[in-house]
Amino acid sequence: MYKILSKITLVPTLHEFVIEAPRVAKRCKAGQFIILRIHEEGERIPLTIADFDREKGTITIVFQEVGKSTKQLATLNAGDSMLDFVGPLGEASHIDNYGTVVCVAGGVGIAPVFPIARALKEAGNEVIGIMGCRCKDLIFWEDRMKDACTELRVTTDDGSYVCKGFVTDKLLDLINERGKENIAEVIAIGPVPMMRAVANLTREYGIKTIVSLNSTMVDGTGMCGCCRVTVGGEVKFACVDGPEFDAHAVDFEEMMRRGRIYKEEEQKSLEKYTNKSCTCSCGCGGAK
Amino acid sequence: MTEEKKSKKVVPTKYPMPHQDAAVRARNFEEVALGLDEETAVLEAQRCLQCKKEPCRKGCPVEVLIPDFIKLVAERDFAGAIKKLKEKNALPAVCGRVCPQENQCESYCTVGKKNEPVAIGRLERFCADWERTQGIEVPEIAPSTGKKVAIIGSGPGGLTCAADLAKLGHKVTIFEALHVAGGVLMYGIPQFRLPKEIVQAEIETLRKMGVEIEVNAVVGKFATIDELMKEEGFDAVYIGTGAGLPYFMEIPGENACGVYSANEFLTRTNLMKGYKFPEYDTPIKVGSKVAVLGGGNVAMDAARTALRLGASESWIVYRRSKEELPARHEEAEHAEEEGVKFAFLTSPVRVISNDEGWVTGMECVKYELGEPDASGRRRPIAIKGSEFIMDVDTVVVAIGQGPNPLVPKTTEGLETNKRGNIVADPATGATSKPGVYAGGDVVTGAATVILAMGAGRVAAKSMHEYLSK
Ligand SMILES: Cc1cc2nc3c(=O)[nH]c(=O)nc-3n(C[C@H](O)[C@H](O)[C@H](O)COP(=O)(O)OP(=O)(O)OC[C@H]3O[C@@H](n4cnc5c(N)ncnc54)[C@H](O)[C@@H]3O)c2cc1C
Ligand SMILES: Cc1cc2nc3c(=O)[nH]c(=O)nc-3n(C[C@H](O)[C@H](O)[C@H](O)COP(=O)(O)OP(=O)(O)OC[C@H]3O[C@@H](n4cnc5c(N)ncnc54)[C@H](O)[C@@H]3O)c2cc1C
Ligand code: SF4
Ligand code: SF4
Ligand code: FES
Repeated sequence: MYKILSKITLVPTLHEFVIEAPRVAKRCKAGQFIILRIHEEGERIPLTIADFDREKGTITIVFQEVGKSTKQLATLNAGDSMLDFVGPLGEASHIDNYGTVVCVAGGVGIAPVFPIARALKEAGNEVIGIMGCRCKDLIFWEDRMKDACTELRVTTDDGSYVCKGFVTDKLLDLINERGKENIAEVIAIGPVPMMRAVANLTREYGIKTIVSLNSTMVDGTGMCGCCRVTVGGEVKFACVDGPEFDAHAVDFEEMMRRGRIYKEEEQKSLEKYTNKSCTCSCGCGGAK
Repeated sequence: MTEEKKSKKVVPTKYPMPHQDAAVRARNFEEVALGLDEETAVLEAQRCLQCKKEPCRKGCPVEVLIPDFIKLVAERDFAGAIKKLKEKNALPAVCGRVCPQENQCESYCTVGKKNEPVAIGRLERFCADWERTQGIEVPEIAPSTGKKVAIIGSGPGGLTCAADLAKLGHKVTIFEALHVAGGVLMYGIPQFRLPKEIVQAEIETLRKMGVEIEVNAVVGKFATIDELMKEEGFDAVYIGTGAGLPYFMEIPGENACGVYSANEFLTRTNLMKGYKFPEYDTPIKVGSKVAVLGGGNVAMDAARTALRLGASESWIVYRRSKEELPARHEEAEHAEEEGVKFAFLTSPVRVISNDEGWVTGMECVKYELGEPDASGRRRPIAIKGSEFIMDVDTVVVAIGQGPNPLVPKTTEGLETNKRGNIVADPATGATSKPGVYAGGDVVTGAATVILAMGAGRVAAKSMHEYLSK
């Protein structure tokens, strides 16, 4: 069993857990992920390692409530345990001294970007962070990101905090300010449409860009091929070959299509869990 | 009278194994074969001639003491029989169910020369099932040697190696990547052929023998083999990581929604219990017309699983003919009885999908058989212009698996061949790295449960010698 040592609700549907997992903490690196299972009937949920403490033997995860499993995960509290927690999985980010690197984070993507930005800064890079959320209430870890980056720029889609605009607007400003030759690499993590938009922008300027793909997974060890994505015309398994790939080579359309495979089932599972939406005439009173 | 002559007088056919009715079982996940009752088991055991030369044993990779255990069954000493079995086979409940007996022990049986062979597998299963109702006896453990052994992977090979070394007094820890132990026995072979409760009962015995099982432990990720040996003090290591990496056809459209590897299809169903969704959280989606590519046990399992998940048609698409099907005879037969259809001499060339990326069909080409190839089987040759569209909405690719590269990639000095299999001496299991042994599918490529167990046993023996030095 893996114990939750602390829980912080960062925004109403976004939570941070610190979990006791010494085996994972010992070896993990920025860019890797874990898979957890809450209980015997649970599915295997992949989540990025947002932080770690080797000495204390802990892993920090940040997750958004989107469906049944993440909603159920959110009901756990400090002191509770989960059944399974495996990692570190996936390849670590390539950390080197590149010069100036831009870390673009959208929404919950702020959490996985954080340890990468920190590692890049430790490696001697100038790290410019760009983080964006839909609105002010969804911003989290601004302080941590400030520490991890040399410079941090914040934006909200609706302008409710700092300024109005998408992360791609901020990135474009930066490219114009600095000149594309002076940006060695862009790392973008967030919702797929955001990562695709960043990729489209940097492709135009020929700036190398890395994205972290969150394709649907089962085992996370290269055994099932559920996570396969097409990158540069080749089939890759995101869990072992990735999760980070060259953004300009990723087939985002295919990835989004594959991400919708279980849409109906996810809906059904959530309805059953929340007990509310069953409008059938079976007389279950919403219990199904 | 010679054994040959005696064999003419025995009851000519095996006592029938009771099965769930084909039409009923094709829609549920309960076990297909129900097992012999005591009376029938004793009668079946009486068909054995107790041949002096024990030809049947030659056909068993772990040389189960076949005549001896069968004699005890015939005498109704079931406790004695299971003890005899376990001298050589740590997982009789599993082997009795899934061994390809017709090519192994039973193919050497004297009775089988003129009649049907003695049903060795069924008797083995009977004994193991009988024992489970009595409470499985934990074998005796030798005094501690103070040596520590790490077993990587908890498939049948790893479990056997662990059991043998634990009996000899070594401290054994199994590291398993998934959240339950058992390897393919848990995630691959379906519930209706090998109930998971049975596998877990066998594993529980290992735990009682003092074997520690660490699940959620991916070696090469949380620690390398070198780290396990240097930092955690393991004196020897057995690698039994299997052949878990699924191959795809590499044809256009293979990433469409509705195309699964057999591993994914079976893992979602068996390991994650997708057939009980939404009671269990992991979904599995099957359309109404399913094509399974391949002709082995894995393909049969996937095709039969598809029916149970509600498909109205389930097809095996195989590029050779019925005679070449690599699956166990009984499995292909069971599949056919349940309504699985076969498209022989057929191979897909591309998967067709709609705007949303869902499979709507599969273009195939017909084959004919030409001259025999290196394997002695007639080579299938595509017939020009024979392309046609198969109307399917789900495709399961079951054309084989290779070894997962993770452990070799992270272990310095571990030799692999060009297919990625670990190179190990078949007589000892020793790899190119001192103190590190390997066996099972990761060495041989996808094979059988009993061969993996045999390899685990061979390695345990030489690991014991190595540790006793
Ligand atoms: C390598 C990796 C790292 C990830 N890291 C994080 C993380 O740090 N924080 C976090 O909140 N989430 C992360 N995710 C996504 C997370 O795994 C999913 O949100 C979660 O599995 C959803 O489970 P559910 O049952 O709650 O929702 P479901 O019922 O499965 O899905 C509900 C909704 O979420 C969408 N969804 C489902 N699976 C995914 C997925 N894999 N990625 C994106 N959307 C999905 C569905 O399309 C659906 O609309 C990561 C995914 C991967 C593969
Ligand atoms: C669907 C299917 C049906 C089959 N039917 C039959 C049958 O009827 N009869 C028969 O005899 N054989 C059958 N087989 C073949 C048989 O199951 C295999 O040959 C046998 O299981 C191989 O055993 P193994 O010990 O080598 O490894 P496996 O059973 O493959 O187990 C390997 C284990 O190692 C774990 N692992 C892998 N990498 C790591 C790592 N880095 N760290 C930790 N753990 C790791 C895996 O998760 C897995 O649990 C079938 C196979 C399949 C897939
Ligand atoms: S282990 Fe398999 S091959 Fe050996 S006797 Fe039993 S069924 Fe036959
Ligand atoms: S099982 Fe067959 S070969 Fe073996 S002893 Fe009995 S009759 Fe002879
Ligand atoms: S999740 Fe199974 S291979 Fe990647």
